[in-house]
Amino acid sequence: MSARRDDRRVVITGIGVVAPGGIGAKQYWELLTAGRTATRTISLFNAADFRSRVAAEVDFDPVRSGLSRREIRRWDRTTQFAVVAAREALADSGALGEFDAHRTGVMVGTACGMTTSLDREYAVVSDEGRTWQVDAEHGVPYLYDYFLPSSMAAELAWLADAQGPVGVLSTGCTSGIDVVGHAADIIRDGAADVMISGASDAAISPITVACFDAIKATSPRNDSPETASRPFDRTRNGFVLGEGAAIFVMEELGHALRRGAHLYAEVSGHATRSNAYSMTGLRSDGAELAEAIRQAMARARIDASDVDYVNAHGSATRQNDLHETAAFKLGLGEHAYRTPISSIKSMIGHSLGAICSLEVAASALAIEHSVIPPTANLHEPDPDCDLDYVPLVAREQNTDVVLSVASGFGGFQSAIVLTKPERRAA
Amino acid sequence: MSTFTLDELVRVLRESAGEEEGVDLEGDILDVPFDDLGYDSLALLNTVIGIQQAVGVTLPDDIVSQELTPRLLLDLVNGHIARPAAGKA
Amino acid sequence: MTARTVAGAGTGRPGPPSPYARPPVVTGIGVLAANGSSTEEYWAAVLRGDSGIARITLFDPDDYPARLAGEVKGFDARKSLPGRLLPQTDRMTRLALVAADAAIADSAVDVPGLGRYACGVVTAASGGGFEFGQRELEALWSRGGGHVSAYQSFAWFYPVNTGQISIRHDMRGAGAALVAEQAGGLDAVAKACRHVRDGTPFMVTGGVDSAMCPWGWLCMTRSGRLTTVRDPRRAYVPFDHDASGLVPGEGGALLTLEDPDLARTRGAVPYGAIVGYAATFDPRPGSGRPPGLRRAVELALDEAGLTAADIDVVFADAAGLPEPDRIEADTLAAVFGPRAVPVTAPKTMTGRLLAGGGALDVATALLSLRDGVIPPTVHIDRPAHADALDLVTGAPRETALRCALVLARGYGGHNSALVVRRAG
Repeated sequence: MSARRDDRRVVITGIGVVAPGGIGAKQYWELLTAGRTATRTISLFNAADFRSRVAAEVDFDPVRSGLSRREIRRWDRTTQFAVVAAREALADSGALGEFDAHRTGVMVGTACGMTTSLDREYAVVSDEGRTWQVDAEHGVPYLYDYFLPSSMAAELAWLADAQGPVGVLSTGCTSGIDVVGHAADIIRDGAADVMISGASDAAISPITVACFDAIKATSPRNDSPETASRPFDRTRNGFVLGEGAAIFVMEELGHALRRGAHLYAEVSGHATRSNAYSMTGLRSDGAELAEAIRQAMARARIDASDVDYVNAHGSATRQNDLHETAAFKLGLGEHAYRTPISSIKSMIGHSLGAICSLEVAASALAIEHSVIPPTANLHEPDPDCDLDYVPLVAREQNTDVVLSVASGFGGFQSAIVLTKPERRAA
Repeated sequence: MSTFTLDELVRVLRESAGEEEGVDLEGDILDVPFDDLGYDSLALLNTVIGIQQAVGVTLPDDIVSQELTPRLLLDLVNGHIARPAAGKA
Repeated sequence: MTARTVAGAGTGRPGPPSPYARPPVVTGIGVLAANGSSTEEYWAAVLRGDSGIARITLFDPDDYPARLAGEVKGFDARKSLPGRLLPQTDRMTRLALVAADAAIADSAVDVPGLGRYACGVVTAASGGGFEFGQRELEALWSRGGGHVSAYQSFAWFYPVNTGQISIRHDMRGAGAALVAEQAGGLDAVAKACRHVRDGTPFMVTGGVDSAMCPWGWLCMTRSGRLTTVRDPRRAYVPFDHDASGLVPGEGGALLTLEDPDLARTRGAVPYGAIVGYAATFDPRPGSGRPPGLRRAVELALDEAGLTAADIDVVFADAAGLPEPDRIEADTLAAVFGPRAVPVTAPKTMTGRLLAGGGALDVATALLSLRDGVIPPTVHIDRPAHADALDLVTGAPRETALRCALVLARGYGGHNSALVVRRAG
């Protein structure tokens, strides 16, 4: 809890991804830069009776992903995703077993935790909703691990042998940005040198689909699932539920340099603000998101004109797209019109808490490869969204500074700045 | 099912969305926009779910709008009670 | 107690001055617990040794092996909250909103006067609005997806208390929820401290929790840690030879935490300051390596620039199970010396409150420092660690108090330690 120490900088040195369209960061980046979509008709359960029957599902075979039978039986899919992504991130960092356990922590984000297991198990113990007085004899032994999303953080801690600060951060749909910002703060404060951080959600289950149906937030474009997620397009009609995980190895810069780690990106600045307006709604002026953007840039010590690429929230609800466009204009000024902006939710849907970490991964990979992933399905730009939303095709472009933003239920408005490591090291 | 009345609407509103302080739902509210009665779109969406349960019809997605008043909502609901198939579109 | 200057991390350059030159202060407390529905009602009950643990009334507990809980008594949200909030909130969130109202009123802050982004909210959470969630799962499975509430999308989710408090009080600064079971209450306060230092001068923080429905209860019983003892006087007895598990409770505390300069400028009277914190995690069970509690205590003291001798009282985690109790007793004996510091667990009167527990202990510690009295641990008939622990039992102990250490452990292996110092 020491004072923020500006001499302690934080870099991403390992990336692991479980995403619709591919397991692993490499496959993920190929999908994004090809502009392919991974949205489809829901297959994880029979969704015939629901309003929106489209989702971006992960083709996940836990056995092929290296999980044991015991792990598969015990862990909710959200935890399974997180562990598989964390293993990849740790291997990618080249430091497996090298970290000082006492100086390593875990901070993982989620919006829905183990909702899928809770949904399924509730049906078992309640005789499919017939008894309020649930049956104490039935139900799996893991219910408390499902109740408590921090059980996922514990699994990652045991995996990485992390004995520093460990926990879960949730800010709903901005969790994946805020958890990375929080983990970076923990490193800057000196409480850890290494954080395993990121977010996971796998909540494509009846209760989740039903609750978004109830507020008409998800797209009912059931006849064209591959093109259902259309951020910034005039024909958009809601978001497409997704699932996935992205986990990072984050290190104090000196720590990473001393062991010769590959540096993907520096986590240079983060801020979150609340709109204090509505649990689901957004004020049209985008003022709070713009303020988060300004604060994140100030912490990163960059100007709006330094931003090379903006990874948008772009959820494909009309309310969001207008709110976000206003926030960019307010937060970035004239530079908003000159900066390429894209939404990868067009390809991999909106995986609630996880998506922002998947977006941070995409932002880090954009810096790594100097390529900006496109906004798929953007054929008819909404005239009210008059910024450069990079339609359909990826762009090769020197990308040193990326801003990634998100808005979520609860009123959370978040922004994070990633920079090419050499930029500030110089 | 007979017609869905204002009294029933007020009951569903109270249950599904609560009651704004300073607003008298027993008063002359037929032509007062829901916004002025303290109900946002989320409250109306939940009210629509309550109405669907009460009358057993499915109402269209776009029924909630900023200009909606109790009179307009009652007309829409009763229109669908008369032709239940229309709501399934 | 002078603050240290922390050297720049490994660079040889001097770092910024320690934050403990001007640590964040707590200026408002709002408590809801089984033995008190306001801060002072709770504090008076705790000093009297009045326990709120009793047979469950919020649902029929007869089908379950554990039947005792620390329920908040006589809570009627309709009396305290706007009607529009009721259909969209779980009991947990209603309790939290009432506690937040109380803390903010206690702080006498003028939120709009502080500036648009000057106030934020960080709360601890566990399972979210679980009773609300059970109702909607029931609707889904028994009647179909079209019967699920439009409010389900956020009423169940983890940061619901944070969001609802921010809306109710127009707090547009930083916000989040943290989950680490019991430890999360302390983690939230520490994160709020960080936001204060980073420029959000006023934060509402802490935790209020409840999962008092059959579904939440079943999940909790699967932790394997709930006592099945039916006698409320013998059920939750940490550091006792009869320790058999814990009794869950509901409620907790919300605090207003602020920049000391802001508090001084606006003439607020702080209860005390948050001067140190650390969090660790236990190694994988069965690894044979030592648990992390001792490191958490030592790191927190170090961060506070204090030694063990500076701590006047410890608010223990008090798991109520033999092995965790032994670990905590051994840890305190090792750090402070056997029986060298008074230790207490007023949570024996409220039960363990999931995400609310850590924050309630911080509130209790601050009240303890304010009044110079250590509340007792109740129902301890057969002390098990008398050689290691000076456990305050039976009656409150009046003594000069300046610094308190609060410990909280979360299911899975979280250890958090937080140091509070009396104001002035």
